[in-house]
Amino acid sequence: MNFDFSDELKQLREEARRFLNERQALAAARRVLDGGEGFDRELWSEIAKMGWIGAAIPEEFGGAGLGHLGLCVLAEELGASLAPVPFASSAYLAAEAILMAGSAAQKSRYLPKIAAGEIIGTLAVAEGPNAVDLRRLAASVAQGRLTGSKQPVPDGEVADLAVVAAQAAGGLSLYLVELGGAGVARERVATVDPSRPYARVTFSGAVAEPLGGAGEGAALLERLFDRAAVLFAFEQVGGAQAALDMAKAYAMERYAFGRPIGSFQAIKHKLADVYVATELARSNAYYGAWALSQDAPELAVAAAAARVSAGEAFSLAAKENIQTHGGMGYTWTFDCHLYYRRAQVLALALGGLRQWKDRLIDALEARNTGELEGATGITP
Amino acid sequence: MDFEDAPQEAEFRAEVRKFLSGNAERRKPGTAEGYRSSQSAPGALERAKGWQAKKAAAGFAGITWPKEWGGRGGSPIEQVIYNQEEAQYAVPRGFFEIGLGMCIPTLATWGTPAQRERFAPPALRGEEIWCQLFSEPAAGSDLAGLRTRAEKRGDEWIINGQKIWTSGAHYSDFGILVTRSDPTVPKHKGLTFFFLSMTSPGIEIRPIKQISGHSHFNEVFFTDVRIPDGQRLGPVGAGWQVSLTTLMNERLAVGDAPGPDFREIFDLVRRLELEDGPAIKNAAVRERLAQWYVRTQGLKYTKFRTMTRLSRGETPGPEASIGKLVSASKLQEIATFGMDLMGMAGIMADEAAIPANALFQQALLYSPALRIAGGSDEILRNIIAERVLGLPADVRVDKDLPFKELPTGKR
Repeated sequence: MNFDFSDELKQLREEARRFLNERQALAAARRVLDGGEGFDRELWSEIAKMGWIGAAIPEEFGGAGLGHLGLCVLAEELGASLAPVPFASSAYLAAEAILMAGSAAQKSRYLPKIAAGEIIGTLAVAEGPNAVDLRRLAASVAQGRLTGSKQPVPDGEVADLAVVAAQAAGGLSLYLVELGGAGVARERVATVDPSRPYARVTFSGAVAEPLGGAGEGAALLERLFDRAAVLFAFEQVGGAQAALDMAKAYAMERYAFGRPIGSFQAIKHKLADVYVATELARSNAYYGAWALSQDAPELAVAAAAARVSAGEAFSLAAKENIQTHGGMGYTWTFDCHLYYRRAQVLALALGGLRQWKDRLIDALEARNTGELEGATGITP
Repeated sequence: MDFEDAPQEAEFRAEVRKFLSGNAERRKPGTAEGYRSSQSAPGALERAKGWQAKKAAAGFAGITWPKEWGGRGGSPIEQVIYNQEEAQYAVPRGFFEIGLGMCIPTLATWGTPAQRERFAPPALRGEEIWCQLFSEPAAGSDLAGLRTRAEKRGDEWIINGQKIWTSGAHYSDFGILVTRSDPTVPKHKGLTFFFLSMTSPGIEIRPIKQISGHSHFNEVFFTDVRIPDGQRLGPVGAGWQVSLTTLMNERLAVGDAPGPDFREIFDLVRRLELEDGPAIKNAAVRERLAQWYVRTQGLKYTKFRTMTRLSRGETPGPEASIGKLVSASKLQEIATFGMDLMGMAGIMADEAAIPANALFQQALLYSPALRIAGGSDEILRNIIAERVLGLPADVRVDKDLPFKELPTGKR
């Protein structure tokens, strides 16, 4: 049994952790939260120089060729540090979409620049709270021109390139749209997590180049969401662990009734529950990593399970971190709320947990029940 | 990242498979076992002894025991591999785990080589069965608060008191016993450990009827029972240290909660119709199913992470401690939900009339035990918090007081 990352990837993880700590990524997130720029440009360019953005992009397209396992370990550290950079948008969403569905020309045109951090990519799907059903999306493309409004678009203000889901004659399809071109207007929208800026992007006849076949949009988005779900799950596990570590550290230092509050069972049991949820999420994320790296048929189930597990773990860890801190946990100055906000953002980034639980059961129904093994099963 | 056995492990697994396929019947798929259900069947003990003898003859009993104990001298990962493979077979379980997993290792660690040579081989072959005489009415989670008295008289010790929850006492040949030898010192310092024959004069065993209707465990009363000093394990007053050896092994031996798991509730859901259509299409059902699936797979892959460490010759990581805590509650939830899906008839317990042979209904009744025995949910959370997360221990008001001065309440 070898259900673990390789020594090289563990080393990469260690280096990533050291780097993000030294660069005080969490403090940078706070600066963005407090109304700074949309992301930390210096941090972004250093990350790009280290080849992280292109970790899973093949070398022929300017990537580091580390594969998706490499991207997973980086995602975990970025999630733990809340680094305020458009990494997920570029790497898990835009780059993955182009890798999945792009023509050779599209891949050569965009992937090297994304890997180098020269252009920021993102994905524009959502159209507000009433359009949770992808079949009801209103944005449309006619004669190569996109019309419609998308919100919230992650890193929409700073992105150069967007993968957009829109209706066309053939049905829902994906398009590549350069956001610096004509017919694109964007403004930041307020969200619950200002450290990870989102925008409303309005298209009025913007040039839209098809990505993948006409009418393939829904199927492509499903596959893209499965892949991104695993990567987000690692960010969520990293975030959950960081919130747990914060809670534990506070519980050791803070005294009440003559002793550290961590010596009271109410706090102990609470943190034990967070630990259990985080470890289950980590294990599910690992399986997701395996399925992603192998393009395994199990990916749909593995991704949904990883997302549900990690989403619940991070939400639990973040809210109980505030709880453990008492009144201080509720202040702007303490970092608890940064994790609390980020947990919600990641929980909804690809659609909410209610949807993903439903999606998980769909995927299990589609599988042959004979393959279902319980906890004593030997086969993965 | 892969699920492959290392070459030596693959060889071992092939050996195990050959033994099992040649000597036992495969379990039918989708037939989860209830808690100790195989133990309750008539003739179970004889079948279990027969199976244990076969295992021992083939070299698959005591896989991790040193060869000096009569074991195979194998690695923990090999024990895991054996357990995985044997779980696919309908073989009798539950009689020898305590003896082989806890009692003999304690005896072999603290007793003499002669004692080990006398007792380890018959235990391994299933010829002698052991029980663990630890818990008492006043001492369960707080084991060190136990009261059964041991008084030295010449070369013997005279035991008076009572043990409770002793699994298998009614069919055991021997037991390990921890006693209070000195009530004038703090509780952890006044304990002494023994082993004894369960047919010793003065021992009375009374079965306890459980919620489930079965009687798998017992009260054991000691009235002037005599134990030779030669059967003391460890120094006088060192009973706590010896107990820790036993308890360490207990944590490794206790597995997941047996009974309806995700597979069984999923199968049930796929068969049922609710008032608004197939149960599998009901949103509330799907939500619960998803949560259990995620926990079940989380446990499975956590085990894989543990196996990876064992495969490398490392000790299990802290995440290995979450299994029982998660699976016991999950079992209780699945049991009650499975019954809920059956509506008004969900309360019926007739195996012939109720889906899954009324396994959910049985699990309702035995699942409370699993959240309590072998480390209650609350104690497990304490252990995770203190030993894994490093949070400070609770304030102990009884640690340094002489035992006889400890407050005990009315019960």
